[in-house]
Amino acid sequence: MDMINIFTVFILAIFVGFEIITKVPPTLHTPLMSGSNAISGIAIVGAIIATKVGGELGTWLGFIAVIFATVNVVGGFMVTDRMLKMFKRK
Amino acid sequence: MEYTNIAYVLAAILFILGIKRLSSPKTARSGNTIASVGMLIAIVATLVSYDLLNFQTIAIGMIIGTIIGAFFAIKVEMTQMPQMVAIFNGFGGGASALVAAAEYFNPANPSTFNSATIAISVFVGTLTFTGSFIAFGKLQGFVSGKPIVFPGQKIMNALIAICLVLLGIYTVIGGETDSYFYGLVALAALIGITLTIPIGGADMPVVISLLNSYSGVAAAATGFVLLNNGLIISGALVGASGLILTNIMCKGMNRSLANVIFGAVGLVQETPGGDGKQIQVKSASTEEAAMILEAAEKIIVVPGYGLAVAQAQHAIREIADFLENMGKKVLYAIHPVAGRMPGHMNVLLAEANVPYEQLLDLDQINPEFEDCDVAIVLGANDVVNPAARHDTSSPIYGMPILDVDKSKTVLVNKRTMNPGFAGIQNELFGFDNTLMVFGDAKAMLTDLHKDLKEL
Repeated sequence: MDMINIFTVFILAIFVGFEIITKVPPTLHTPLMSGSNAISGIAIVGAIIATKVGGELGTWLGFIAVIFATVNVVGGFMVTDRMLKMFKRK
Repeated sequence: MEYTNIAYVLAAILFILGIKRLSSPKTARSGNTIASVGMLIAIVATLVSYDLLNFQTIAIGMIIGTIIGAFFAIKVEMTQMPQMVAIFNGFGGGASALVAAAEYFNPANPSTFNSATIAISVFVGTLTFTGSFIAFGKLQGFVSGKPIVFPGQKIMNALIAICLVLLGIYTVIGGETDSYFYGLVALAALIGITLTIPIGGADMPVVISLLNSYSGVAAAATGFVLLNNGLIISGALVGASGLILTNIMCKGMNRSLANVIFGAVGLVQETPGGDGKQIQVKSASTEEAAMILEAAEKIIVVPGYGLAVAQAQHAIREIADFLENMGKKVLYAIHPVAGRMPGHMNVLLAEANVPYEQLLDLDQINPEFEDCDVAIVLGANDVVNPAARHDTSSPIYGMPILDVDKSKTVLVNKRTMNPGFAGIQNELFGFDNTLMVFGDAKAMLTDLHKDLKEL
């Protein structure tokens, strides 16, 4: 992939992020944080690939990365769901 | 590989749609589910599209991670949510740094660009990892919540920063040796610690938001290392989110980001001894408070973190229900920094079954105080101090506050007359329309509820 291309994607994603996140009301800011935290667990994709590259050392680094990222993904989405379940109308 | 990239774009679209649904509590839960489906797609696509993956290693790692993550998610108390988010940020940053490190030892696309992105990714990820753990320790009480400062601290941080830049450059162009890389990791870990220890407990909402942003930046940087759009888009979203929240928190405290990070507020301020007038307060019993509430029509509750510490959210909700059944209007005023992280107080009240329509933020609630009969301030102090509006010499001057003093009567519950976080007296307590109801929030509210029933 071309360097310019991925920079374009990056910049556009930041703009999209600003657009949608400013619309999240303050009352949901904690779930937003824990939810976006889960999304940053996307590093799991890199972790999975890392177990393959880099020989034995890379496999170990990737293994620990898989654990960390999975904690992030599973814990993040679960706790966000737990919180959002509590937000009720009258 | 083509299909994998399509799957990543699909995952990114689902993340965006998921966050979009967070614009209302009605749709928020489905939004979270949509985002988690996006994550599942990204993971499955990765697993099926790379040959010779080490499935056993991956499976074991995922099982361990799932057990840890699920355990925390189920067990954590809502008051501990800031710690939880802090430690998860740390894991996210750590994962990104580890992936970049693995790539360093065996680069798939070796180039200067690749080395540079590895250096950035390892730096941000490691800093996020150690910084988050210090933040976690402070919130949990393992590390002193007070700012830790010593002479020469700023100079030391500046020196570490310069060394980091140099090590970063040498990691990219340094040739055969790995020493520069190890140095980079060590110093990034160190600066994560030294940048977080001088920040006080009350400023933690800013730090957690900032670390949240960093964990996104780290993921995006790793995306640049692996030339992976999925990571870049998701990381950018999270980075933007954390930055917006950081900004909101700073505004809520009327401080610049630089001031929060380098200011070490809470330590240097000596409490003004004999500065001017002593505040004369009027105190009231819960019976008197009950009578005032009975005569009121519109009541606004102002919860502060003290309420959460006293675990009195359920007690106030019961009183609010009781008053509503008497035909009164009850609203809640939520200051942006009422809790220990953005939106924390809303979650704590939602847990106590307070309907979200009753929770109003600063801009929405301030006009409501004009025709409010009684404002009940529970464990909040600096955020209701009118000095922020007019006293240019006050350290909180300019901070947006809740205008409770405009209500006909203000009932303030505090344990003692101790000043708040900023260490300053609150003139509100001496106003003619203010009545102090001293005592532990939970005990006071329980008595108040009893007195209301007996009227």
